[in-house]
Amino acid sequence: MNEPNKTFDATTFVKGLWKENPVFVQVLGMCPTLAVTNSATNGLAMGLATAFVLVMSSMLVSMLRNFIPKQVRIATFILIIATFVTVAEYLIQAISIDIHKALGAFISLIVVNCIILGRAEAFASKNTVGKSIIDAAGMGAGFTFALLCLGVVREILGSGTLFGLQVLGQGFEPWVLMILPGGGFFTLGAWLLLFNYMKERKAAKMQEVVA
Amino acid sequence: MSQTDMAQMIEAPKSWYMIRALAGIGLMCALLIVTTYEMTFETIKANKAEVLERAIFKVLPGSETKNIFEVNNGEVEKVEGETKNEMKYYAGYDANGQLVGIALEAAGQGFQDVVRMLYGYSPEKQAIVGMQVLESKETPGLGDKIEKDAAFQKNFAALDVSLDDAGQNLKNEVVFVKNGTKTNPWEIDGITGATISSKAVTAIIQNSASANMPVINKNLDKFKK
Repeated sequence: MNEPNKTFDATTFVKGLWKENPVFVQVLGMCPTLAVTNSATNGLAMGLATAFVLVMSSMLVSMLRNFIPKQVRIATFILIIATFVTVAEYLIQAISIDIHKALGAFISLIVVNCIILGRAEAFASKNTVGKSIIDAAGMGAGFTFALLCLGVVREILGSGTLFGLQVLGQGFEPWVLMILPGGGFFTLGAWLLLFNYMKERKAAKMQEVVA
Repeated sequence: MSQTDMAQMIEAPKSWYMIRALAGIGLMCALLIVTTYEMTFETIKANKAEVLERAIFKVLPGSETKNIFEVNNGEVEKVEGETKNEMKYYAGYDANGQLVGIALEAAGQGFQDVVRMLYGYSPEKQAIVGMQVLESKETPGLGDKIEKDAAFQKNFAALDVSLDDAGQNLKNEVVFVKNGTKTNPWEIDGITGATISSKAVTAIIQNSASANMPVINKNLDKFKK
């Protein structure tokens, strides 16, 4: 195994939030992103649950990286991830049965969320524990941020509420489409458009400076 | 030393490493899950009891208080706290102490996993007056409509489960019909795209109602406050 690079700085965390955002830039983990973001609360809860599993499994994978032979690494990563998903499921039930019910089958499906296995394989298995935790926290925060972005837009337009509180007047006719699966695609498309527009504008500016 | 022997000597420690890693991590994970289960058990139980209580008052519209009953050796009796008997009858009463109806828990195989639900029976109307899914893992967006779909819920506003003259069987079995073809009060109008899940709900209700309605009707006086 290569000697891990021990130096890390703010970018280890921030890259997950913005430059390498798992949803808006890497376009990973689309299933929960589209499915559970019909309200801001659901999006936030799903994001936090995923972030928890991501941080805990990255930490353990990184700790055990010299103990796991590479032939069985995927099996052990999945085992570790599945364990933390089960732990998260019990914790969510203890916090609120209603949130558990709203997220339903998607909690168990965190196991197959490619962001988590992706970070375990690409980052945690090659880096120190501290660095892996920071990277996972950044990615988790980025995922939560993205889910919240979708949830907020969809809940405001689809139900006229935000976190269950009425924000748009009584005269507002909710766009029911927005809380249905189709609305998820529209909202995600709009956010991706915005992100790519900003990225391109930045790139164009950089070119101007160089020229 | 032959070549295979040499290969085995090199291979042997490798497979031991793999077994060690998998078994060790497996054991660690098992311990972690058991610890979490033990730690959250009481809280989850309390949460579930609260959800159940809310569901009881919801499936028995107009009820405000409840009593728990169960059948022991063929006798209906009121119980307090925890008992071994899983099958319980939750009798709901209105503000004047009049019996509104009896809520029952029923479960059965759905499309993915066991579906647990609670339904309310009104002896006065001889019908099911409300249903709520307590636990299900049906396909999000399709099968989970059994919980949320307003049109499907309407099936349970007045679902006929009256008994025949002998009081032993349902006069009409609760049956599943295709979406939009409901003509009789004992039929359940299915959901398009969630046929298996709606059939499962129908079967669960039918099984539970045919087994419990005769018991409830025979012992109706005991359920009154």
